[in-house]
Order: sequence, then structure tokens, then C-alpha cells
Amino acid sequence: MAAEGNPLPHDTQLRPPAVAAHTPVANAGVKIHCQGVSAFYGDKQALHDISIDIPDRAVTAFIGPSGCGKSTFLRCINRMNDTIPGARVTGRIEIDGEDVNARSVDPVVLRSRVGMVFQKPNPFPKSIFENVAYGPRIHGLANGKAELEAIVEASLKKAGLWDEVSDRLHQSGSSLSGGQQQRLVIARAIAVQPRVILMDEPCSALDPIATARIEELIDELRRQYCIVIVTHSMAQAARVSQRTAFFHLGQLVEQGSTEDIFTNPREKRTQDYITGRFG
Amino acid sequence: MTDARNLPSRDLSEKRLKQRHAAEARFKLYGQLAIVIALGFLVVLLARVVQQGYTVFWTHSITTSVYLDPARIDRADLEGNNFDYLAAQNLLKRLKVQDDALGLASGEAMDLVSRDLGYRILGAIKDDPKVIGTTLTFTVPVKANADLYYKGEIERSTPETDRKLSNRQLDWLDRLEAEGLVRSHFNSDFFTNSDSTEPEQAGVLGAVVGSALMLLVAAFIAVPVGVLAAVWLEEFAPRGRLSGFIEVNINNLAAVPSIVYGLLGLVLFINWLGFPRSAPLTGGLVLALMSLPTIIIATRAALKAVPPSIREAALGMGASRTQTVFHHVLPQAAPGVMTGIILSLAHALGETAPLLMIGMVAFTPGLPESLASAASVLPVQVFIWENAAEAAFHERTAGAIIVLLVFMILMNATAVILRRRFEKRW
Repeated sequence: MAAEGNPLPHDTQLRPPAVAAHTPVANAGVKIHCQGVSAFYGDKQALHDISIDIPDRAVTAFIGPSGCGKSTFLRCINRMNDTIPGARVTGRIEIDGEDVNARSVDPVVLRSRVGMVFQKPNPFPKSIFENVAYGPRIHGLANGKAELEAIVEASLKKAGLWDEVSDRLHQSGSSLSGGQQQRLVIARAIAVQPRVILMDEPCSALDPIATARIEELIDELRRQYCIVIVTHSMAQAARVSQRTAFFHLGQLVEQGSTEDIFTNPREKRTQDYITGRFG
Repeated sequence: MTDARNLPSRDLSEKRLKQRHAAEARFKLYGQLAIVIALGFLVVLLARVVQQGYTVFWTHSITTSVYLDPARIDRADLEGNNFDYLAAQNLLKRLKVQDDALGLASGEAMDLVSRDLGYRILGAIKDDPKVIGTTLTFTVPVKANADLYYKGEIERSTPETDRKLSNRQLDWLDRLEAEGLVRSHFNSDFFTNSDSTEPEQAGVLGAVVGSALMLLVAAFIAVPVGVLAAVWLEEFAPRGRLSGFIEVNINNLAAVPSIVYGLLGLVLFINWLGFPRSAPLTGGLVLALMSLPTIIIATRAALKAVPPSIREAALGMGASRTQTVFHHVLPQAAPGVMTGIILSLAHALGETAPLLMIGMVAFTPGLPESLASAASVLPVQVFIWENAAEAAFHERTAGAIIVLLVFMILMNATAVILRRRFEKRW
């Protein structure tokens, strides 16, 4: 941990120009604007003053060693941290210019706009159809059965799962393979027409073939959605993302286009991490 | 082997390995022994109960003709007639036995036939007074002692003075049987009658109905309250000192002796709130109180076992917390919840002590008419019969225990089936 010696001064020196440099570039399509976000679990501070702009219709990858706060930050965006007792988030996160932490924002509505895919495939223990239909049903998005069926079909098609499951929609979702389950979960997330899809290490429980399929899917989905993906695999970040942010010890060390981060990192810590020297 | 330094340590590890294997074998044996002992107790218990109780499931009836002599029947006061005596005299006539001046023989004959006969004759006359002067034939249970004789539990070899039946009575019973008037059959009365002072007429129906009503009351209160309390504690309550305090107390309540709940019920429901004594309503309330902690603990355990990923999935979809719990978590936990409920209610079904405290030990010959009327319940019925003096009640005690055990087995089987079915679905 060579870089640990003086992370704070280093970071504070560098970030303001970094943000300034990126804001105008991304401004045209900024979907999520984060300013000075800190998160606490009880007394422990998990995130230190994160500022980042996340573009629309692109994949942004969060990389960093375990416990660096990237998942915590992801969960700030759809306020999933609200569900953890003792968790507290400060700072400003805007989606389409709307503060997600505003008192007027109902987390239930927010989460219908910001879909989330988790590390372990977690389909509901219900049928495939019910899994996808659940979101539209609770948010009242479908008028009648035909519409609901249409939404389910469209979502499964978007997730590239329709051909595999169209003849067994009423079988249990957990009867699918891990990769299929993860695509089912993605179909479930896009069934409510979110603006943003958050993915927390979506492939870490999958084999390489299933991973490849999910990555293809992510690449397709990026044309319509703002996607944020947390990943432990540098190769995956390089493959699927257009922008990358490197987190370390609760701080956002560096962010930029994926190409720049991987070929020409400005920070030594970033370089050390992506070359596998620590992490 | 050449390396001298290795030798002692290898010896040591070999020795140690042997010890480990020996320890393993030993503990396996202990475990098997424990199972054998447990099963042994169970077998002895069941064998004893069945051996003592199986005779209750068949009984003997006698078919007897009674000449309703108009000269002997007081039409003005029908209830005042001693029809049993009349029937006994008919029986003696049939057996060609001359009654003595004191009527001792008739008295002994009366002791062979259920008192039900008198009521049946009275009923027949009330239905249609024209039967007086004719001969009617009735089939009624024999008296409990006669039944025991036919079942071989009263033996002629016992000295007459130590026997419930005299030599003369035994002769008559033998002759009645030889003449084909006595018939052995399934004892349906045991299942269709309620408690009675006459053992041959005592049955478990009243107790079964009482138990069912009481369990219904208990389930109606304890299940929703227990499950909702557990849901709140597990899914909604802020983790803090208060919820910790509540948790500790619920765990303590589960360990409180049941008789204390009986005392609580006596003070709270009967003395303060004026609920009826000995009623399924009151008993059900007491049992509900008693089952609550168990149901809460079982439900919480089942909720805890639901993987957090399901909650995250639902919350991440924008389900509210209530929707998360009721759409996903609770259905997932349902098999565990139901198993907990059924087991705690089965436990409540067998509970006796708290019911004694609220007066359910009263003798209740009829079926309970409502939740608030006096009733008996199975375990208390066992207790009452066990304390009865007549030998014939002892087989009924064992019979009632068998009925109770059958209900327990049914409930436990239901729990298993429910759990299997719901787990299989997905």
C-alpha cells in the first residue's frame, strides 16, 4: 500500500481540477450529478466527499479494491442505504437535476426509476412471469392483463431471455441457470422503465460464458439507459464501460474515460491497482 | 525411519490418530445409545397406553325384551317409575330365576344392564303411551362391570368377595351370552357420547368438541397477534434497547410454566373481566397467551431464515417495506411459520395445568352449546377419568389418551405436509 502514506492531501489537491475538467465534457448528457457525497455506517465513514458526473446512455464502471466504498456509493444513488440501520448519507446526488435525497422524493418512486441488479442473482421465488410482472404491478404501469403480458415479453426480449423462457413463463425463476437468473433480474429491473440501472458486481457469481452474455446485454442496454456497474474485474470494466471511476479507501481517486484510465492513469494508485500491484 | 528425530513424532501422531478414531466410535455409540433409550421410552409408553386402552374400542350390548305391565306403570307420574327395576325383573323371568322377597336378585340383575335402558323405556312410553301393555325389545350396553367380565378383565377365579360381580351375576351373564342375547361390537358410544357418571355411557365427544372450540379460540387470537408481532419485531422495529428488552422478555415468557398462565387467566379473565369459568372461550384465551411467545419466536426464526437478497430485490424494485414483507418475505417464511403455529397449538391441545386453574375440571356431561358454556377438553378428561374410582374408567382414560395422541399425530403430520408442499412449490 505505497499510496496510503498521504492519500488525503494528494486527493484534495487533484480532485477539483479533475471535476472541473470533466463536468463540461459530460454536461451534454449528464444523468447523475453527485457533489460532495459522504456516507457513514454509524461512526465509520465509508465515503469521503465524492463528486462525479455520470453520463446518460453510457456505461460507467466503478472499480477499486474490496471495501473501497464503490458499492456503498452505488447504493447511495437509489437510496438503498436507507434500509441499513445506522447508515447516513450527506452531500447532493441529482438524477436529471432532481435531488434524490430531497424530502419530497419517495424512495419507493426513486427506486422504480433507478433499477438495481445485485451481485447474487436474486429472482423472487415465484414464476418467471411473476418476477418480471411484479414491478409493473406494484407501480401500476399496466392496464389489464394484455398490457402486462406485453411488458413482460418486451422486457424479457430486451434482456435477451425471451427465446429461452417463452415456453415456460410459469415455471419458477429459480429453476433457471445462474446467468439466466441474472438476465431475468435485469428484465425485472427494466420492466418498470427505469432511467438508470445500477449493477453491483453482476457477474461475480457467473461463469465466463454467462458473463459474456451479460456483458453483451449491458452493451445493448447502454443505448437506452444510464448504466453504472461496480466490478472487481478490471477486464470487465475495460470491456463494457465507456467511463471508469477508481475508488480507494472511500475516496474517488480518479475518473475519466475508460481508455484513459486503463492506458494512461494520472494517479499512481490507479496505476498500481490496474496493473495488479495491490487490491 | 532413518531420521531418528521423526520417529517419536510419527509414533505420537499414530497414537493420536488411534485415539481420534476411538473417540469417534465412542461418540457414535453414545449417540446410538441415546436414540435407543429415547425410542425405548416411547415404545414402552405407547405400548402401555395401547395395551390398556385398546379394549375401550369395542363393547358389549344386550338385547332384552320388557313387558310394559300396565299394572306396574304409574301413568300420572311417568318419571317416577323405576323402569330399570321393571326391566331387571323381566330379565330374571327370562333367565327363569325366582326373585327373592327382598328383591335382591332383581337388584343384582339391574347391575348388569346400563341405566340407559330405563331412559329408553321412558322415552318409548312418552313417544307413544299406547305401548304400555305390550312387550318391547331394546338393545342397550351392558353395565361396565359386565363388559369387563366379557372382556376377561373380571375373572371368575377371583374370590367372590374381591370381585365387583357375584357368582350369581356371572352365571347369568354366561347364560345370556350363551343364549345369543349379548353381542360384541365396535364401541361407537365412546365417540358419540360425552362424559357420564356411568362408565359404559361415557365418551369423548364432548371433550373433543371442547378441545376443538378452545383450540379455535386460541388460534384465532394467537396466530394473527403472534405473527404480526413477530413481523413487526423482525422487519420494522428499530434495533435498539427497547426491542432488545422486548425480545428478552418474549423468550422468558416462552419458558414460564403453563400453570402460571392458568393463574393469570383466572385472575385476569375470570376475576376481573368476568368471563365464564370452565368455558372454551376462557380456556382458549389462556392457551392463546401461552402459545404467543412460541409463535412469535418460531415466526421470527422463519423470517430470519429468509435470505436478505429477497428483501433487497423487492426494495430495489421500489416495493415499500410493507409490500416487501407481505409479498415476498412472509410467503417465503410461511412453511416455517405454519410449522411453528401448528406445533405450538398441538402443545396447547395437550395442556392441562392452566385449564385446571380456570375450572375446566368440572364434570360436563353434555356438548358445549357455545364458546361461553361449560365444556371439557381431552387432556382434562383424561385427568378426570384417571381419578375416577370405577375400574371401567381406567380403560377409558387410556382410550382418551389414544384419541388425544391421534389428534397430536394428525396435527404434526399436517405441519409436515404443509411444510413439504410449500417448500416444493418453488
